[in-house]
Amino acid sequence: MKLIINGEDREILKSQNLEDLARELDIQAPHFAMALNKQVIPKSRHATTQIQENDQVEIVHAVGGGV
Amino acid sequence: MDTKKEFMKIGDKTFKSRLIVGTGKYKSFDETRQAIEISGAEMVTVAVRRIELDKNKDSILNHLDPKRYTFLPNTAGCYSVKDAVMTCELAREAGLGNIVKVEVIGDEKTLFPDNEATLEASKLLVRDGFHVLPYCTDDVVLCKKLEAIGCTAVMPLAAPIGSGLGIRNPYNIKLILEAVKIPVIIDAGVGTASDASRAMELGVSGILMNTAIAGAKDPLKMAQAMKMAVECGRMAYEAGRIPKKLYASASSPLDGMVDL
Repeated sequence: MKLIINGEDREILKSQNLEDLARELDIQAPHFAMALNKQVIPKSRHATTQIQENDQVEIVHAVGGGV
Repeated sequence: MDTKKEFMKIGDKTFKSRLIVGTGKYKSFDETRQAIEISGAEMVTVAVRRIELDKNKDSILNHLDPKRYTFLPNTAGCYSVKDAVMTCELAREAGLGNIVKVEVIGDEKTLFPDNEATLEASKLLVRDGFHVLPYCTDDVVLCKKLEAIGCTAVMPLAAPIGSGLGIRNPYNIKLILEAVKIPVIIDAGVGTASDASRAMELGVSGILMNTAIAGAKDPLKMAQAMKMAVECGRMAYEAGRIPKKLYASASSPLDGMVDL
């Protein structure tokens, strides 16, 4: 299944929902958040939020930054 | 001497240090951690960005103890209300807390904020339960409006981000301090220790800085200098400076002069 993740086309092999996707992508950041098609999805709903072909997924975390 | 130390209050949290530091522009995570430790800051600001999927999996948060620091996610780099609001929502979902530094930039060259958009984004975020700390210009009317919509603090700039020019308009900062009851935190533009002291002497609640420390030749030493400067400035403010006068006023008694 093709998804657009953080602006890049990616081929996903087995994930059906956001929780699986984070595992498949090996996201290790201690804190991260996901948005699906420009909607922020709370962590409690990652496992139940299905993903489909051509969905746009954003996965973000904290980075060094100031003002 | 009154030794009672007043703490900085932001939302429902209290901070012993009035210095808030950024986490950008350091050479390594290790240098970031050390500089922040030395600065004594208890609140640190972080940016929210896309995870680089196939790169190094290390994160700044692996180097900063969340029990020790309060994170202040910022919306640096956002140019629209929508982007700023969504960035704060993502930050909250990422577990970075609900105190946010809202920046909506309006001009690429100066990185001056878009004040109208900042007000609008702040309004939406306050309604959504965030403690909002907006980065804004040193404008009294705007700061009053930001207070009226429920912002937790206002963060007027001293000078453009990363410029190191120091406080360009101390009079406006003074007027803002008189005009609002919420904390006023100087955000951006500090260059060196005397800038930080001068800001604190005006009576602001705190200062947020990043480049002044991270960009110094010796960031760790500058972190120490800034810690002391903020403390000294605050102490001088609390002590109450003498009024400025045009003419001299002798500090030795005139009585008992030797008659030569």
